[in-house]
Amino acid sequence: MSAALLFVQLLNGLQYGVLLFLLAAGLTLVFGIMSFVNLAHGSLYMVGAYAAALAYGATGSFALAVLAAMGTALVVGWLLELTIVSRLYRRDHLDHVLATFGLVMFFNEGVRLVWGPQPLFVQVPEVLAGTVQLFGFNYPSYRFAIIAVGLLVAVGSYWLIHKTRVGMLIRAGAQNPQLVGALGVNIGLLNAMLFGVGAMLAGLAGAMAGPLLSVQSGMGEPVLITTLVVIVIGGIGSVNGALYAALIVGVVDTLGRVLLPLVLRQIAERSVADAAGPALASMLVYLLMAVVLALRPQGLFPARRG
Amino acid sequence: MTSLSSHSRSSAVLPLLLLFAGFAAVPFVATALEQPFWISFFARILIYAIAASALNLALGYGGLVSFGHALFMGLGSYAVALPAFHGIASGWAHLALCIGASSLVALAVGAISLRTSGMAFIMITLAFAQMGYFLLVSLKQYGGDDGLPVAATSQFGSLDLGSTLPLYATALVVLALVTWWMAKLRSAPFGMALRGARQNARRINAIGLEARRLQLVAFVISGAICGVSGMLLANLNAFASPSSLAWTVSGELIVMVVLGGIGTVAGPVIGALVFLGLEEVLKGLTEHWMLIFGPLIVVMALVGRRGIVGLIDLWPKAQRSSTPVVVSEGGA
Amino acid sequence: MSSLQTEGLVKRYGALLVTDHVSLDIRAGELHAVIGPNGAGKTTLINQLSGELPADEGRIVFGGQDISALPVHQRARTGLLRSYQITSIFEEFSVTENAVLAALAAKRSAWRFWTPMRDDVAACAAAEAAVAAAGLAKHADALAGELAYGQRRQLELAMALAAEPKFLLLDEPMAGMSVQESAAVTELLRGLKGRYTILLVEHDMDAVFALADRISVLVYGSVMFTGTPDEIRAHPEVRAVYLGEETA
Repeated sequence: MSAALLFVQLLNGLQYGVLLFLLAAGLTLVFGIMSFVNLAHGSLYMVGAYAAALAYGATGSFALAVLAAMGTALVVGWLLELTIVSRLYRRDHLDHVLATFGLVMFFNEGVRLVWGPQPLFVQVPEVLAGTVQLFGFNYPSYRFAIIAVGLLVAVGSYWLIHKTRVGMLIRAGAQNPQLVGALGVNIGLLNAMLFGVGAMLAGLAGAMAGPLLSVQSGMGEPVLITTLVVIVIGGIGSVNGALYAALIVGVVDTLGRVLLPLVLRQIAERSVADAAGPALASMLVYLLMAVVLALRPQGLFPARRG
Repeated sequence: MTSLSSHSRSSAVLPLLLLFAGFAAVPFVATALEQPFWISFFARILIYAIAASALNLALGYGGLVSFGHALFMGLGSYAVALPAFHGIASGWAHLALCIGASSLVALAVGAISLRTSGMAFIMITLAFAQMGYFLLVSLKQYGGDDGLPVAATSQFGSLDLGSTLPLYATALVVLALVTWWMAKLRSAPFGMALRGARQNARRINAIGLEARRLQLVAFVISGAICGVSGMLLANLNAFASPSSLAWTVSGELIVMVVLGGIGTVAGPVIGALVFLGLEEVLKGLTEHWMLIFGPLIVVMALVGRRGIVGLIDLWPKAQRSSTPVVVSEGGA
Repeated sequence: MSSLQTEGLVKRYGALLVTDHVSLDIRAGELHAVIGPNGAGKTTLINQLSGELPADEGRIVFGGQDISALPVHQRARTGLLRSYQITSIFEEFSVTENAVLAALAAKRSAWRFWTPMRDDVAACAAAEAAVAAAGLAKHADALAGELAYGQRRQLELAMALAAEPKFLLLDEPMAGMSVQESAAVTELLRGLKGRYTILLVEHDMDAVFALADRISVLVYGSVMFTGTPDEIRAHPEVRAVYLGEETA
């Protein structure tokens, strides 16, 4: 296991974590403030990916594609919030689950209807097709760009949440949603705005993930479920928690898949290691979640105190 | 003492009996019409009805929104396929492994998940099912993504569940027993306590019962019964696949329970029948049936959750109570 | 009937001392009232007694047994039952079912999966008696969710009684009631005196002075004075702090 390989995998883990953060940031606020279980968040990610793929194919400009993705996801998110989601805020979580489950079915099939079941191929943009030099190692520029964008978003969201009035409302809402509403804040507008921002971030994640993963029907749900794990580990309603947990999950998952089979091969017979390695590696993140829940059910960095 | 809340006995009893009579008649009718496909199709309905009834125990009676029950169906399926792969065909061995594995996993998942409540519980059960999915996919020697054909179906003496008719009969008997038990359980001390925990967990603790333990026991039993449905499914298909643990399957089970009537005895059975029947009808119309089915589920969620049994109850006499079924998720 | 003592009970929320070294001595069979202005910490105190809130310091001794470490449901099983200030019942069940479940929970086994709850003769008898004692015999088959407010408060009481308690912790049973309803409940509680040890937290002074054997006055989390109703009436500090302000 060379240092170069380890370093590259570590960065890959960060890159994965950053994508998870983009999805988790919006979603954790929707969970924490509106108490709305949005399983359709993965569909917004998928919508973003498709919008980016199509826009990139049509215009050749990746920047435009990203904007198209964020815009489309925002519009779709707002439409959903307006027509369906806002009617369900006062209902049981079971109703949220059912409604968003139906939406996922609809979106996955709709995408399949229009573009077929085959994945769309998105090329890495020319300008980012090379490598960058980091601490003497080469690392793909595109992946590095994703990390950079993600960290920018993290800084931006920190500034928004801790330095602006809207951010104060968000923090207050995460700790005590009812009170914020009772204070006369236009909670409907705040909710719609939050939902929209979350959708945009999901669209951004989808656009950036396009060249790396396959853009196809159903791409959203596996990532969504990992995002849920991130949120649970980080603490519902906490954007800080989402960031730390996302990075932890990203790194643990990526490094785990690489290191665990190697470690097992040292201590066990090759055939056993080859069989158990990938199996355990795929379970690693969930085992992490289980351990966190056993010790701290409210998550590692919860938004509410007490 | 004769007082019984109107919710203990619904007017869906007669329809339920008719339904079972209908199920019993299916093999005869299908054979007469020379359409053996219907036996397999209805066997699938019976199996999902068992799984939905199992979920109903946790979800409807217990108020636990588990989005991971497909995990137990999958475990049940592999409890047949794995031993069969190694040459073990004994139905008793399959059954023991099925119930043992499902119960233990349900105990572990339940114990951890019940430390949380509400949204977290839903997400965690979903995550654990996904974990099971990835685990089975990564076991390449057992088929991995492609699934594992069942080399030897479950043999109980001269009864071979690999044949469609014996399987159908077994599934029908199991469903009948489960349904009967759910009916009795509803008014039995454990059932009442569990339903009380759903309505008001704090109160259950205050009168001397531990709500969390009630819920955990319900979750384990629910998982075990769901596992049995998976065992039957593997025999029906002669195949076990990780796709049976897909999160969509968990979602479909929830839809069946809610569609039929959450917390009622007949609900899961009716729900499975209507769901799978509707799916079949829509599949005949268009390849993209989910485009219609999805919005239908959304509409169902928006409109309200009395389910079909709720509609049946409304029909002959004025409903005594207007209090909707309260779902309180997760631990006390 | 059992006695209850607390020894130096302390509860802090950050720097705020909500329960300030409270030592109560409630004798078996007595009806002991706890009064105090709003914010005195009465609910916090009750929650520590029932087990829903862990105390930071101090002990709770019930019937000679230290129950400080017991969780809520186990305290209930030792015979320490409570009713809630904000009604907490099983809305979907009938009045009788609520009571039978309460009777079953404290005394009998809930781990039965087949025979109906109503077949448990002992539990049903206890429930029937409790429902009657709480004045709800005429509404035994009514759905709890459809009861009027005052009747729901009576059901609260019935559920505590059905468990055949050794000790009743009553958290403002007359909260939100009209004058007539309060008078009716006062008579109800008078009927329970002597059969159970009762700790009554109430704002309704008429009821408190009519029923209590002894009264403890809680101010800013600590017990200012404990005495008979006459002693309380005469105590100058109590009059100044509390009785001067009329609360509903």
